[in-house]
Amino acid sequence: MVNGLNLAFQFLDSFAFVVLAAAGLAIIFGIMGVINLAHGEFILVGAYATTVSATSLGLPLPLAMAAGVLVTALFGVVVERVIISGFVPNWIGQRTVGRDLVEPLYDRLADSMVATFGLSLIMVQGARIRFGNSIDQIATPFGNVAYGEFSYSTYRLVLAGVSVALLVVVYYVFTRTDFGTRVRATMADEQTARALGVDTDRTYMLTFGIGSGLAGLTGALFAPVLSMQPTLGSQFLVEAFVAVVVGGPSVVLGTALSGGVLGAVNATVTNLTDSTTFGRIALLLTAILALRFLPDGITGFVERVRTRREEGE
Amino acid sequence: MSESDTADDSLQPNVRQTPAGKATGERTDTLLQTEDLVKQFGGFTATDSVDFGVDEGELRCLIGPNGAGKSTLLNLIVGTLQPTSGRIYYDGQDLTGLEPNERVQRGISMKFQVPSVYGELSVRENARLPIQQFADGEERRRRVDAAIADAGLSGYEEVQASALSHGQQQQLEIGMAASLEPDLLLLDEPVAGLSVDERDEIAARIRRLNREEGIAFVVIEHDTDFVAEIADKVTVLHQGEVFREGSIEAIEADPEVRRIYLGGEQ
Repeated sequence: MVNGLNLAFQFLDSFAFVVLAAAGLAIIFGIMGVINLAHGEFILVGAYATTVSATSLGLPLPLAMAAGVLVTALFGVVVERVIISGFVPNWIGQRTVGRDLVEPLYDRLADSMVATFGLSLIMVQGARIRFGNSIDQIATPFGNVAYGEFSYSTYRLVLAGVSVALLVVVYYVFTRTDFGTRVRATMADEQTARALGVDTDRTYMLTFGIGSGLAGLTGALFAPVLSMQPTLGSQFLVEAFVAVVVGGPSVVLGTALSGGVLGAVNATVTNLTDSTTFGRIALLLTAILALRFLPDGITGFVERVRTRREEGE
Repeated sequence: MSESDTADDSLQPNVRQTPAGKATGERTDTLLQTEDLVKQFGGFTATDSVDFGVDEGELRCLIGPNGAGKSTLLNLIVGTLQPTSGRIYYDGQDLTGLEPNERVQRGISMKFQVPSVYGELSVRENARLPIQQFADGEERRRRVDAAIADAGLSGYEEVQASALSHGQQQQLEIGMAASLEPDLLLLDEPVAGLSVDERDEIAARIRRLNREEGIAFVVIEHDTDFVAEIADKVTVLHQGEVFREGSIEAIEADPEVRRIYLGGEQ
């Protein structure tokens, strides 16, 4: 019974971590075709903004977290305008040399990786220069729940709840709202969307802002449980990329399913071996197996099965 | 520019004139006018100094061999391509450089050559996409329902667009473009791959939208029977230039047009 509870807690913990780590990355990659290697550093922005708001400005934790999300979303919009869409350099180019200077990075996977990798280096070093090698941490709220001889952080349970709520909200936004319809249309065929009156430029900007805001939310939520150092983002990157690879093309369903699968793998292996290192190794092995046998991820597989069934009818 | 001698007064070799108007002879208001429009792709010139005009409420067809620059010209007009040089005037305003969504707001919309309904979205979501840009609440619902009914797709509202037949997808796409209430609707091969019945339905729909709602059309089509059925006037593009303009009868009778395009069909 106790082992079962332990496994369940570890599953919830891993699920929350994977989903929260991957959501922003999956949205930006799935919709814009941009691989954001600075995703971990966007999480860093959220974590630092939250921590600084709480410790230096004295904001209550929920407000500090909201500030963390907002700061990261705005930072993402600036990055999108300057680096991803090239709007700012092109605006300057049109007014100086009379032509655009750069092409947008949408659907240019390798180019977007190089650009955002450079950005991540700048951000890590920038944080080190500005804040030093570490900053004071916020205390973890809510205390613990005890069962038998074990106890578990209540806050970790809250994170699991938030990750489920996040998936529901993201699903609602992308499937039930005007913005979601615009996003899905832009993703499927940008040219037609523009000719039907959709401001695809604005759609991309907002999508990147939302993806960045979600990274900021991850940073804000994990700020009380991580040590605050400039490299904290790298802890999320492996899980985030593995989740996107395993999840496949469907952003929300892919993130949910890969969160479930990877959470189960991680929790089971960690529980059996009593070692988080083996848990992470199991995650990477799962990614390798997924790439070998499900190159389009779980949702690509689900889509293929559905298509085959429809053709058979 | 192409030059050609002809004795037929209804043909104008690449000379912009106000169309006489098929039935009434009253149309004089220019809606769209391109000026020396050039589009180059690397070393290839897709459109070469094109002066192309369309009047309000006119139904124009654009024909020519493959590679003549027809789709390029429509893409330049709607703004999905930007010209290498030249200007595009619409309703007296210079549109050159504007984004497609900004041109939609001025009254131009387009159905592309490749069927472009959104297969993953339902018929209702497809129909809602253009309308949601400018209508809310009850007004939106009414217009979405009207667009679906107009496309002959009542009862298919929740069906994924990918499950529709090719003809139904074309109808839906025309409905989506028309629901923006444009003054000028550009259609790139709207009846390609359709049956005769489906073709007739779309011809009737274009004529109705033109006559009842006053929408001007520029339609690219290879099917000369379809062109003859709907066109007020025909423009022939050849090697990126306006080669001839005139009535379908005059175009079909022109030996140079037959040589470069219509061939043995006549």
